[in-house]
Amino acid sequence: MEKQIVFILALLLTLGIFAYTVNRLLAYFKLTRQDYPIRKLGRRFSQMMGVAIGQTKIFRRPVIGLLHALVFWGFLVILIGSIEMVVDGIAGSERIFRVLGVVYDVIIGAGDVFALIIAVAIVVFLVRRLFLHVKRFSGIEMDHKKHVDANIALTLILVLMISLLGMNTFYIQHALASGHELHGVFPVSRLMAPWFASLPADQLHLWHEINWWVHILVIFFFANYLPYSKHFHVFLSVPNVFLSRLDPLGKLYTMENVKKEVQMMMDPNASFDPPAEEEEEAGRFGVKDVEDVSWKTYFDSLACTQCGRCTAVCPANITGKKLSPRKIIMDVRERMREKGPMMVKHGRDYDDNKSLLRDYITEQELWACTLCNACAQECPININHPSLIVEMRRYLVMEESSGPGDLNAIFSNIENNGAPWQYSQEDRMEWAGDLYINES
Amino acid sequence: MSQRKIEVPLMSDLHARGEQPEYLVWIGSAGAYDDRYKKVTRSFIKVLTYLNVSYAVLGTEESSSGDVARRAGNEMLFQMQAMTNVELLNAYGVKKILTCDPHAYNTFKNEYPDFGGHYEVWHHSQFFQKLIREGTLRLDSEVFRDQVVTFHDPCYLGRANGEYQAPRDVLKATPIHLEEMPRNKSFALCCGAGGGQMFKEAEPGDKEVFIERTEEALDTGAQIIATACPYCMVMLTDGIKYKNRESDVKNLDIAEIIEQSLNL
Repeated sequence: MEKQIVFILALLLTLGIFAYTVNRLLAYFKLTRQDYPIRKLGRRFSQMMGVAIGQTKIFRRPVIGLLHALVFWGFLVILIGSIEMVVDGIAGSERIFRVLGVVYDVIIGAGDVFALIIAVAIVVFLVRRLFLHVKRFSGIEMDHKKHVDANIALTLILVLMISLLGMNTFYIQHALASGHELHGVFPVSRLMAPWFASLPADQLHLWHEINWWVHILVIFFFANYLPYSKHFHVFLSVPNVFLSRLDPLGKLYTMENVKKEVQMMMDPNASFDPPAEEEEEAGRFGVKDVEDVSWKTYFDSLACTQCGRCTAVCPANITGKKLSPRKIIMDVRERMREKGPMMVKHGRDYDDNKSLLRDYITEQELWACTLCNACAQECPININHPSLIVEMRRYLVMEESSGPGDLNAIFSNIENNGAPWQYSQEDRMEWAGDLYINES
Repeated sequence: MSQRKIEVPLMSDLHARGEQPEYLVWIGSAGAYDDRYKKVTRSFIKVLTYLNVSYAVLGTEESSSGDVARRAGNEMLFQMQAMTNVELLNAYGVKKILTCDPHAYNTFKNEYPDFGGHYEVWHHSQFFQKLIREGTLRLDSEVFRDQVVTFHDPCYLGRANGEYQAPRDVLKATPIHLEEMPRNKSFALCCGAGGGQMFKEAEPGDKEVFIERTEEALDTGAQIIATACPYCMVMLTDGIKYKNRESDVKNLDIAEIIEQSLNL
């Protein structure tokens, strides 16, 4: 009974803190702008099953991708066991899902094997981060704190796997020592249980309890650590893929407020109409600060796990330019962390004399992009970096007219003679002069 | 062998005569003004003539698709171009658009529908792929026999629209030897011209993107770097010049490879 009370209190504390975090994040989301509507749920579901559950894009780097996929699929299986632990903790029961029979054996057996696989994969990940120089883990945006965060997350997962195996091992040995019936199948822990054959039953029980508590309390802690970590992707990557755009990467979204203005401009009748009574605030064109980004871009920034696959394939970054697509996305999250609380307090118009543009993301970064979509193609969870880059260019060009001079020149050429080059439209057919074809 | 002069049909002329071609061929600004790419346009038109394709061009009525303006952040200018072009194309009753330019292809296919422009859009590689599959276009002449060719994927054909096979099918219909670069298809490295870069100085860095990509292409040992995009053509031609390889390496659009195969 005492165990149940302690457990329920710990669970309530965990859920309470989590609810507080979610509430804060929702308030930040309310500050952001609209994006495309979420329709075609069937297509979204299949996209999620492929890219997220099937890990298809992770496998674009096959070796390390396989390790990640195993960790992810193992996580899904072990999650069922974690849910059982919560039910057991509340109800004071032991392995309550055992009523599932053979299904239970399969789930627990798979979880036991996956725990070892994940532990090994995490050790590989840690070694890679601590001792090998993987280029995409460095970069201007990857300061010391980012590496500490990554290592904490990995270490916590390692503790979870060790405690899970420990729990299973002592559970088996205790059952043997005390003559209890054994529920579940344990291909890995079964091999470790005999190591503790000399321990008396009460000690085995104690060790089981210690591992059980360590495992569940680390989960509770982890759940509340994640929203403040790059590892938030554990929660958000699957929904991020579900919510990601279905259109071809080549499509840029049409600005409806600009469309209204252009239609007015081009319609000879409209220009003489008196302005509508309560005309909607057109708002700023493009993105200058974090409240101008769409909810989806903010979602992207929270779901990003800083793996750097985007930056590793970016042609600008590869050739030494300042642009790093990963940084652009991370900057959105950082800036919201800075300005979000103040905007929640003082309103969306709050001004701290800083902005996402220039204080975080410089023009040099934005103008280095070739819009080649390599970053978006590579992102394992379908983050769309180019749409944010274009939105920030839109602000620079349409609100400040401060794009690079060369580009301003091509804008006037397009306006004046319908081509980026300064040639007369009358010369558009010059290529066709003296054109002959051989006839055999 | 005799020669016949090609009179490129204009949409306005056909319209005046009450005729409707099957395809509107979009030349694009680079196709009309860039000296190197004008040659591709000429080759492409020769091939269409050879194949007796029913087509017409807009001629002096054509104007920028707005792709560069949009990607450089000038949404206002893009939309003006889009609305003007859609109005013209719809007035001519255009149903199918055929173009060599993946940027125009992408803009018509994915972006003009927002402005009432709904067309069946073909990139020339897809059009040729169809004819090769149907058996109408045969490219088995000896002109390119055993030449080593590498293909550079244009971003707006490949990643932007998922078309990797069509240009390869065209190349494989000739007796060339196709040698892929390490970064190909969806992994392909950009030529460095997209998003307005073609028209501006590169931002500070260690290297130009087009040099990085040209080096990768040259490392395949290719005698011909094949492309299917006006921007890629400009960048890789510059890259070959920069590497002083003009004497032994050529940069050809797939339309030119077809034209030369057919000896037009």
